[in-house]
Amino acid sequence: MRRFLPVLSVLLALVLVWYGAAVKLNAQWEYDQAARAGAAAPEFGQLVALTMAQKSPVLPAPHQVVVGLWQGLTGQAITSKRSLVYHAWVTLSGTLAGFGIGTGLGVLLAAAIVHNRAMDMSVMPWAIASQMVPIVALAPMLAVVMNALGASGAMTKAVISAYLSFFPVVVGMVKGLRSPEVSQLDLLTTYAANKAQVFWKLRLPASMPYFFASLKVGIAAALVGAIVAELNQPVGLGARLLQGSYYSQTVQIWAALFVAASMAAVLVALMARVETRVLLRMGMSR
Amino acid sequence: MMALELIALWLAAWAGNAWLAKQRFAGVRYIVPALFGVTVLVIWQLAVQSFAISPAILPPPSAIFARAMGSLPVLWGDFVQTFLRGALSGYLIGCMAAVIVAVLIDRSAFLQAGLLPIGNFAAALPIVGVAPIMVMWFGFDWQSKAAVVVIMVFFPMLVNTMAGLRASEAMQRDLMATYSAGYWTSLLKLRLPAAMPFMFNGLKICSTLAPIGAIVAEFFGSPTQGMGFRINAEIGRTGLDMIWATIAVAALAGSGFYGLVALIEKRVTFWHPSQRG
Repeated sequence: MRRFLPVLSVLLALVLVWYGAAVKLNAQWEYDQAARAGAAAPEFGQLVALTMAQKSPVLPAPHQVVVGLWQGLTGQAITSKRSLVYHAWVTLSGTLAGFGIGTGLGVLLAAAIVHNRAMDMSVMPWAIASQMVPIVALAPMLAVVMNALGASGAMTKAVISAYLSFFPVVVGMVKGLRSPEVSQLDLLTTYAANKAQVFWKLRLPASMPYFFASLKVGIAAALVGAIVAELNQPVGLGARLLQGSYYSQTVQIWAALFVAASMAAVLVALMARVETRVLLRMGMSR
Repeated sequence: MMALELIALWLAAWAGNAWLAKQRFAGVRYIVPALFGVTVLVIWQLAVQSFAISPAILPPPSAIFARAMGSLPVLWGDFVQTFLRGALSGYLIGCMAAVIVAVLIDRSAFLQAGLLPIGNFAAALPIVGVAPIMVMWFGFDWQSKAAVVVIMVFFPMLVNTMAGLRASEAMQRDLMATYSAGYWTSLLKLRLPAAMPFMFNGLKICSTLAPIGAIVAEFFGSPTQGMGFRINAEIGRTGLDMIWATIAVAALAGSGFYGLVALIEKRVTFWHPSQRG
């Protein structure tokens, strides 16, 4: 409880600030409505009640978002196109597929880079440079090109997610596969271990902390990739965001945003959980 | 037939790189990746030409370069709109706000315990999702892009600065106390300088986030200028050469920005072990 008390009070303060901001931001509309109807400006108490119940408010109050979320999640069958569960599932499946592909290829490339000096010198600078480049800008173009090539929407999304999670994994894994100390490598040389044995018995186990660190970055990046990819697609959380912004459905935007945020939080927390378990079993937890 | 020749060319270039990589002279660290990059461009160009790939799928580098050179004013206008107005102003506001908040809550253990988990949590969220809301609040112009960038960079910077402010050692703080230095003196002369490596780590992370935020925010609505707008508009008329040119500008600007921050870091934290040698 001692640990949660500060967090809870900060969260409570945030919610209060949110309510205050909702009243302030939505007030203008109520004033305009009253002026148009020729009525007097609403009293403060009345104003608060009105600003909490607008249909498309500038800033929906927290409870409106919660209601929107609840209706989106449980208001209809989860296979319905109006269900947030359906859209979240579309996004999640694209994210996971892309994340799997990106991580797999990233680990393979990292292994090649560690074992081949020419690879290291040619590819590694580009992999590092790619981290400083806003690769997300590529996503819409990739979407169009893959569409022209006849790929399905899900595949396009997976490719973009894979692309975004790929580079963090490469850079992290190269660091991890290089993390064994010289004395450890020397020891394996005295055992006459060949390169494959060094890789499986020393480099790969030693890289695990780096592996999980980059997995956590990679899965967050994959989710962003999936959301951006969905801006050009009919379904998914990204599509919900864009449609909400077109039709001023603010509650819908906030609900989609909260689903995306909790998905990111759950995915990263899941990774962290696996990390502690694995590192504990391997005797590497600090 | 052409495919075989291309593969042969690739293998030859790769063999050259493999040989070069074994040489040990100054500059080989730059020549090998440069040669690799040039090889990729040449193969790209030849492949597009020999297989007659439609420019609606993959334009050749020469066409992209020609298009970029032919539309420099447009690219410059996009760069100013997205990078200087949207990303840079948001970056400066967001990072400064984060540092100020970090210093303010540094004195309260309660607020720190409350904000650090939330900050860590928020740093992992897909914040680009707030873009439609910001566009609704601040309009289509650069202010909404700057707002997205402010939110995106705030939490990584806050978390890093908070970690940095705790980086000075007890021994050093004791020394400041024996000099009877007050809170502000020890903050300015010891704790902020000691926090610099952490803060620059945050600044570097944020320098890569800022352009992403600005570009993605433009996908949700923008004036008729900006990199995100250009990409979306050219998709509509399959002007892929222009999109590639815009991406090239974004890549150059992004790595230039990162390089600038890294350069400042080198000058400011020259004393730190990671900068020596």
